[in-house]
Amino acid sequence: MKVIQGLYYSKEHEWVRVDGDKAYVGITDHAQHALGDIVFVELPEVDTEVKKEEVLGVVESVKAASDMFTPISGTVLEVNENLDDSPELLNQEPYENYVAVLSMSDKSELDELMNSEEYIQFCENN
Amino acid sequence: MSELKRTPLYEEHVKLGAKIVDFAGWEMPIEYSGITDEHITVRTNMGLFDVSHMGEIFITGNEAHFFVQNLVSADIDKLNEHQVVYSFLCYPHGGIVDDLLVYKYTNEKFLLVVNASNADKDFEWILSNKGDYQVLVENASNNYGQVALQGPNAQSFLQTLTDFNLDDIKFFHFKEITVNGVNCIVSRTGYTGEDGFEIYTKSEDVTSIWKVLIEKGGSLGLKPIALGARDTLRFEAALPLYGNEINQDITPLEAGLGYFVKLDTDFIGKESLAKQKAAGLTRKSVGLRMMKKGICRHGYPVCNEFGEEIGVITTGYLLPESEFSVAVALIDVKYANLDSVVFIKIRNRLVEAVVTTKKFMDKKYKK
Repeated sequence: MKVIQGLYYSKEHEWVRVDGDKAYVGITDHAQHALGDIVFVELPEVDTEVKKEEVLGVVESVKAASDMFTPISGTVLEVNENLDDSPELLNQEPYENYVAVLSMSDKSELDELMNSEEYIQFCENN
Repeated sequence: MSELKRTPLYEEHVKLGAKIVDFAGWEMPIEYSGITDEHITVRTNMGLFDVSHMGEIFITGNEAHFFVQNLVSADIDKLNEHQVVYSFLCYPHGGIVDDLLVYKYTNEKFLLVVNASNADKDFEWILSNKGDYQVLVENASNNYGQVALQGPNAQSFLQTLTDFNLDDIKFFHFKEITVNGVNCIVSRTGYTGEDGFEIYTKSEDVTSIWKVLIEKGGSLGLKPIALGARDTLRFEAALPLYGNEINQDITPLEAGLGYFVKLDTDFIGKESLAKQKAAGLTRKSVGLRMMKKGICRHGYPVCNEFGEEIGVITTGYLLPESEFSVAVALIDVKYANLDSVVFIKIRNRLVEAVVTTKKFMDKKYKK
């Protein structure tokens, strides 16, 4: 299982990369592996306001549809439209392919997320 | 919660790196190399399935023929020795106890192969209808293992492991032969829409059969196939799954499986089914094809243009190498005509779909 340093991680297996007030949000390698072949991603709409732990999008494998929760509150600035035609990018390069970019409304929420070491431990214990 | 059961091949699945899930009380592999890859492998080459969780019930005795005829919707008089027929066990009201394969050895000996999830229920059902019939009903599920070898290259490969000429096992027939020196029941049957075989052995022999098929087949491109692709394959071939297309509240006629119901014979549920046929169906199983991206899945409501519920998706997928999702749905007959437009409720959005045939592929059976 691949985990990248310098990202924030949620217990729901999402990652956050911070760039100023912007947060890039995606799913982790552990998540893509657990889901299997990803064949469709339902992206949020730009300008949608989401609160931490609300549904941001839906990631669908052959077998099932799984909600993707946002680990952080904010407004959707951008979505990764490459996923419309190539959802398998989330399997191939989960950390290179964000799902959405949020403008964070409360940066202090980042403190509640895990760093890479904590996330590795979390995965080992669950 | 009772303990999960394992087939004799559990350790082999773990060694092959399978993802394991709880399926109907069994710890079974859901995927090995990935559902898409496994699906395509069966369509283009061949795949091996562990189906040892299936139930095997033997009916023997002087009146076995009459007893089986009373239980199942097939015409057992028309069944030859060593022939297999797909059929239903029905309740008196016409709903389905289970779907099954009936293997006829002789008029005095039958093997019923039933779903793992229903095996105990079926056995009880069969016993409860034994009455005065002079038969012995034996639940042999724990004594038998079963693997399925399916795909266009299944026969040529299996032929290398047996002296018996496999051309002599016709579609939906079986023979008792040896495979790699092991006594097996081999039928030309399956659940994929491809040519192929189902191979039954004693539980203690199934691991050796599995291993030799995996080892020798591996160099030919054979792969192990798990339950995930088993479901996409059977769905693409329009084969029903108990709990989805059929259940205790859905009759075979509503499911579009009237071909397997012989109303000129006598069996439990026949009167209700004959009545339903005479009165006309109020709901019907249809194929649906979505017009936009998105995936329709088992349990999603189907609505009319006003958003009123007219039915439900019984199975839906985005099949490998497809652009749009397809489904089988049980809907109000008013909307069941080909090319009718309906709407599938996906997470509170209504997404347009068109009624199509359920045959999403042409079956490749060798008849």
